Amino acid sequence: MSEAVTKHVEEGTLNIGALHEGFVLDHIKAGMAQTIYRYLHLGRLDCQVAIIKNATSHKMGRKDIIKVECPIDYLDFDVLGFIDDNITVDVIKDNKVIEKKKLTLPHRVVNVIKCKNPRCITSIEHGLDQIFELTDPENKTYRCKYCETKWDGTFMHWVAYK
Amino acid sequence: MALRHLMSPLDLSVAETEKLLDLANDMEQHKEQYAHICDGKRLATLFYEPSTRTRLSFEAAMMNLGGKCLGFPSSDVSSVSKGESVADTIRVVSCYADICAMRHPKEGAPLVASMKSSIPIINAGDGGHQHPTQTLTDMLTIRNLKGRLDHLKIGLCGDLKFGRTVHSLIASLSRYEGIEFVLISPEELRLPGYVTAGMRKKGISYQEVVQLGAETMKDLDILYMTRVQKERFFNEEDYIRMKDFYILDKEKLDSAPKDMYVLHPLPRVNEIAVDVDQDPRAQYFTQVQNGVYVRMALILTLLDLEGK
Repeated sequence: MSEAVTKHVEEGTLNIGALHEGFVLDHIKAGMAQTIYRYLHLGRLDCQVAIIKNATSHKMGRKDIIKVECPIDYLDFDVLGFIDDNITVDVIKDNKVIEKKKLTLPHRVVNVIKCKNPRCITSIEHGLDQIFELTDPENKTYRCKYCETKWDGTFMHWVAYK
Repeated sequence: MALRHLMSPLDLSVAETEKLLDLANDMEQHKEQYAHICDGKRLATLFYEPSTRTRLSFEAAMMNLGGKCLGFPSSDVSSVSKGESVADTIRVVSCYADICAMRHPKEGAPLVASMKSSIPIINAGDGGHQHPTQTLTDMLTIRNLKGRLDHLKIGLCGDLKFGRTVHSLIASLSRYEGIEFVLISPEELRLPGYVTAGMRKKGISYQEVVQLGAETMKDLDILYMTRVQKERFFNEEDYIRMKDFYILDKEKLDSAPKDMYVLHPLPRVNEIAVDVDQDPRAQYFTQVQNGVYVRMALILTLLDLEGK
């Protein structure tokens, strides 16, 4: 993976080179950029990815930002919405913002998180898809499709590559 | 009819549930009319953990309908011991049978089977998760005893944390009006927070108490006792500490209302003393009989043979 980042530090600000085609993921909770990088499988991309950590934000205090130079149909917005539906997404084409995507909580996520219930069938049959469904959008509650165990909100280092 | 499975009692709407219970009652009244309705049909009972009662109930149900049964009573005697997946097992069994009842110690296993099966799958109990035919049996028994499923005060006693029958019964009865629950358990075996949260959201009235005494039982229509299940504990010490927390004996039952019926999904260990059995309010053996009729009705419904 290439992570060539054009950095210009000018008077205390950090600038990243403009994108020709891709995405800017803004208003990421500080510290979550690496998680998003992993879950969106950005490591597989042979293109430029810039991760900005702990940027100053009027709204959030500190935030992370990710810029990705990639085809605009690459990113999985369900996964992104699942991780944090407050992230703002600018879609860039020909150096212009052509769309500001509104993220929503996906109805289900497949092979994104793993059920931790030792009594769940997925604990012994490892070939099964890890499926979680949104059961309470208000409280962002996801439950395992098989055993209905509630997702505890933690992301793991484990990421499925199915 | 599209292929249907039963994973949870909530897979059936209230109207469908009532229809099924009506059919079960009709079967009890007119056994001979249904004696050959499943001639030539086969039920596979795939029991990955032993459960004599539920398996025999399913098999008796199919035989009462004129059908035949095949299957295995525990995973030791099946290809599971060779490492076969649930998905593969059900694909094979689908070639031999018309309908399948599956019990599995792991939660969600029957759902996995239903996703790959070409025949209806009935969840006959998956770990501490669901046991829909027990719930339907409980509902039939309550409806027959009290004449209704609404405006009831139900006491649930024992292991409310791991007791799947309790979770399923609460979910099913919560769809009826005027239901109140009294949750009687030790602190450690209280109903999981998500279940009580769901009850609050639906506006279902409930109270949590520790003692099973005259005061607790005074307005109850039904007292549903449960066993503390050894197999749900990872720690033997915890099980031993909890197992005899509640014992309903004749003396205790004497202080209960005369129209409060005692139910239990069985098997019992010590939680209901044998001297209670003679009391007309002890209805757990009626439940066993009702279980056969409910399973007969379910088999008929899922095979789409109802009314034929």
